[in-house]
Amino acid sequence: MNSTMLENKVCLITGCSKGIGKAILEVFSAQNAIIYANARKEGDLDEVLENVKDTKAEIIPVYFDITNFAEVKSCMLQIKKTHKKLDVLVNNAGMVSYEMLGMINFDKFREMLEVNLVAPIYLMQMASKLMQRQSSGSIINISSKVAVEGVKGQMSYSATKGGLNSATLSAAKELSPNNIRVNAIAPGMIGSKRLKTIMEDKFEHKLNDIGFGRLGTPEEVAKACLFLASDLSSYLTGQIIEVDGDLKL
Amino acid sequence: MTNLDKFDTVFADVFEVEKSELGSGFSIDNVDNWDSVTQLSLVSDLEDEFDIMLDSEDILEFKSYEAGKAILTKYDINFDE
Repeated sequence: MNSTMLENKVCLITGCSKGIGKAILEVFSAQNAIIYANARKEGDLDEVLENVKDTKAEIIPVYFDITNFAEVKSCMLQIKKTHKKLDVLVNNAGMVSYEMLGMINFDKFREMLEVNLVAPIYLMQMASKLMQRQSSGSIINISSKVAVEGVKGQMSYSATKGGLNSATLSAAKELSPNNIRVNAIAPGMIGSKRLKTIMEDKFEHKLNDIGFGRLGTPEEVAKACLFLASDLSSYLTGQIIEVDGDLKL
Repeated sequence: MTNLDKFDTVFADVFEVEKSELGSGFSIDNVDNWDSVTQLSLVSDLEDEFDIMLDSEDILEFKSYEAGKAILTKYDINFDE
């Protein structure tokens, strides 16, 4: 799928080292984007950078913890100084937990709120500053199907992603006068390495709840992300798009 | 152009006033067109001029000409040159 849908578009993707973020980086690379690829630790991107080395994309690895505001700002200043604009922000980095209400670890919950909600809002604030100058941009938040419908055993996680959905809707309304689009993607059960490992132990029977009868792939989520990042979705904002193969929770 | 000249130029452009009108009395309380829109425009232009990005707390506190100078000093902008 070599093409130019994102040619000359400057994109920042958080959490690119594995899973959906890695797939988004690969799909965007195939579209010749200029990508600031974030991961927490140096070396975390080595594998994915090897995968995309033959594309025409320009990839700039940026290593920082998204909950560290000083580091986020430093990255935004780097983008501003180097490329003078930011076209696409993908808030992908996140944490997940599987806990019943009575078993919630509140230290972990607070950490998850920081990663899944507070940090993405700060990234949106910083990104929108750059996007407002150019009067265009697309912000894509990676949410979750469980945030839309709720699910047993993931109350704290679904609450953080539900917050992200609300932030998406409000940001879309606030930023539409500046021609900045804000949308979320709510993946269902995606066959990342992490989920496959958990499924083998706990959730094998859940496949019966998916209309398509199979897990989604990270690439299928990444392609929805490409649609939202590209000009194909130029009149689309304030939407939570479920990429779930007809999953019933 | 000194940092103070740059600072004053941005202010004068955003509020459409002469530089001579700027000073300690120039604030949100007595400038008619100082509202949230002009404030964001002011911040945006200063960020571009000095290659910085202000924190939210500083944007909220940016309510006068003098406060602006104090805030920019925190970002290593020197007005004593």
